[in-house]
Amino acid sequence: MSEAKIHVIGGTRVPDSSSEQRLVEIRQEAERRGEVRAIGIRPSGAPFPKASPETGYYGLPLLKQPPWTWKIPLYFFAGGAAGAAAVMGAIADYAGADRKLVRDARWIAAAGAVISPALLIADLGRPARFLNMLRVFKPQSPMSVGVWTLLGFSGAAAATAFAGFMGERYGPSLPLRVIENAGQAASLVFGLPFSNYTGVLIGATAIPVWNQNVGDLPIHFAASGLGAAVGLLEMMGNDKSRALQALGLGAALFECWEGLRIEGRGHSHFDPLKHGPSGWMTRAGGVLSGPVAFVLRAASLFGGNKHSSALRRWAGISALAGSLVTRIAWVQAGHVSARNWREPLQIPVEDQAELLGGS
Amino acid sequence: MSVTAFLTDSTLCIGCKACEVACKEWNGVTGDGLDWSGFSYDNTGSIGASTWRHVKFVEHAPEPGFGGNAPEMNSWSFSSDVCKHCENAGCLEACPTGSIVRTEFGGVYVQPDVCNGCGYCVVSCPFGVVERNEDDGRAFKCTFCYDRQKAGLIPACAKACPTESIQFGEIDTLRGKAEARLEELRRRGMRDATLYDPLDTSVGGTHAMFIVRGDPRSYNLPPKPEVPTIYLKKGWASSAVAAAVLLGGTLLAFLADGGRNGRRNGR
Ligand code: SF4
Ligand code: SF4
Repeated sequence: MSEAKIHVIGGTRVPDSSSEQRLVEIRQEAERRGEVRAIGIRPSGAPFPKASPETGYYGLPLLKQPPWTWKIPLYFFAGGAAGAAAVMGAIADYAGADRKLVRDARWIAAAGAVISPALLIADLGRPARFLNMLRVFKPQSPMSVGVWTLLGFSGAAAATAFAGFMGERYGPSLPLRVIENAGQAASLVFGLPFSNYTGVLIGATAIPVWNQNVGDLPIHFAASGLGAAVGLLEMMGNDKSRALQALGLGAALFECWEGLRIEGRGHSHFDPLKHGPSGWMTRAGGVLSGPVAFVLRAASLFGGNKHSSALRRWAGISALAGSLVTRIAWVQAGHVSARNWREPLQIPVEDQAELLGGS
Repeated sequence: MSVTAFLTDSTLCIGCKACEVACKEWNGVTGDGLDWSGFSYDNTGSIGASTWRHVKFVEHAPEPGFGGNAPEMNSWSFSSDVCKHCENAGCLEACPTGSIVRTEFGGVYVQPDVCNGCGYCVVSCPFGVVERNEDDGRAFKCTFCYDRQKAGLIPACAKACPTESIQFGEIDTLRGKAEARLEELRRRGMRDATLYDPLDTSVGGTHAMFIVRGDPRSYNLPPKPEVPTIYLKKGWASSAVAAAVLLGGTLLAFLADGGRNGRRNGR
C-alpha cells in the first residue's frame, strides 16, 4: 500500500499526470480488492475485517515492544567491550605482557565502568529511583543479576585504573598496590559475566526472536565484545601484540559462524534477523565483525611490517563498528518480532497477505 | 485470605465497556481519547498502560443463529480482556526492584512507589499486558483492585458489569462455575465454547480465565504462553560457556605470547 504524504491544498492544486495516475491507481486497487488502504482509511467497511484463527485479532500485535531508547543497545555495546577489556587487561598483567597494553585495557574498562551505568540509569523511566534496584537481589531476574554485576564491575574497574594511574604517577605504595591487585582480580571476576550477560537479559524474555536464540546470544555477544575490545586496543597503538591478533581472529571467526547460523535457519522466528531493515542491519553488523575483520587480519599476517599495522587497525575499526551495529540490530529485531502477531499465536505465514489485504 | 480470580464470559458480554469506564474512574487512569481503532467497535486495540480492561470486538463470518443475528449479518462477540494475573508471572519474576509482588489474594500487583521504570517487565509478559506510561515513566497494569479487595469489596469492573459477564470470586469455585457454564452452553448448542486457562503451559494457569467461542486466537489469546524464566537455564549455561572460552582463550593467547612481549617492551 502506498503511503504518499498528503498536504491539505484545498482547491488550489493544478492537476498533472501523476495526480491523475494516482486516482487511477486508487480505482484499480478498489476494483481488485474491494477496499483501499491508505492514509485516512483503516480496513473497516466492506468487506468487513474478520477476526479468525487465520488473522488472529485483526492482526493486531499481542506482545509489547521493548520500551527502551537507543541508550540500551549502546549500553550493550559499551558493557561488552569494557568487560572483555577488563578480562584481557588482568590476564595480560598476570602473563607479564606489555605494560602499555595492560594500562590501555584498564582504561577501556574504566571508561566502560563510567559510561555503562550512566546509559542504563538515563534510560530508566524514573532515573532518580535507580537505587531501588539495590533493594533486592533476584537470581531469577537477569536484570537484577546484571545490575549487581554492573555495580561490582564498575567499582572494580574504576579502582584498578585509578590505583594504577596513581602508582605510576606518584610512585608505588602498599595501599595502592593492594587496591590495584584486588581491583584487577575483581574486575576479572565481574568482567567475565559482564561481557555477555546482556545476551541472557534479552534472551530470557517473551520476545520470540530473542528467546529462540537464548542459547547463542551470550556467546555471540561475548565474541562481539571481545572483537570490539581488541579493536579499541589496536587503535590505541597495541597493533604489534600477537595475543591481540589471535583473539581478534578468534572473535572474527566466531562471528562468521554466527552469521552463517542465522542465515541458515529457515524458521520464521529468524525472519527479523534476515528480512527488512533489521535483517540488513544484522547482516551488516555480522559482515563487519566477521568476514571483513577476518580478511583484514589474515592479510595483515602476510603484509609487510608497515602495512600490517594499518591492516590490523582497519580490522579493529571494522570489528568495533560491527559490534555496535550488531547490538542495535538485535534490539531492532526484537521490535519487529514483538510486532509480529503471528509468532505468539502460532499462526503460520501462509495466506495472511490474502486475508488481511496486504502487509 | 482466599485466592481470588476473574472469570470473563464472552457469551454474556454485550460490549458496553462499563468495565473500562469503571476501571478508569476507580483507579484514576487517564483517558485514551474517543478514537476508533478501525476494527469493529474496538477503541484501543489492546491492553496498555492506560487501558487495564479492554473490550475486544470479534467479528466472525456470517453464521446463522450465532448471537441471534439474521443469517446474512456478520456475527459478533465481545470479550473484556484484562491482565491474566499468571500463576507463574513473567513480569513478577523479571522485575529487578521487587516492585511487582504477589498479593495475599493471589493477584500480581505493581507497587507504584517502588517501580523505577526499567521496562524489563514489559518484554517479559507473554500476554503483552504491562506497559510503561511514557509521561510518568513507570509501568502500569491492572491491580486486581488490590485496594478494593483489601476493603472486602469486589473489583470495580466486576461490580459495574451489567450482565455478570465478569465474575469474581474464589478461584476454585470459579473454575467449577466455568465448567458448569461450558456444559450448559454446549447443551444449548454452542459446541465451540471453550475455557481459556493455560494450565498445561509454564504459565501454570491464570487468575483471569475466559470463556470464548471458537478459536481463542481470534481473541489474541496465545495457545502456548510461556513464562520467560524457562529460558534462564539455557541462557546462563551459554553465558558460562562464553565466560570460560573468553577466559581460556585470553589466557592461552597471552601465555603463548606473554614472555616475548614482556622482554621486548616491559619495564
Ligand atoms: S499477564 Fe503479564 S502482566 Fe499480567 S501477571 Fe501475567 S505476566 Fe504479569
Ligand atoms: S518497569 Fe517497574 S515494575 Fe517493571 S520490571 Fe522495571 S521496576 Fe519492575
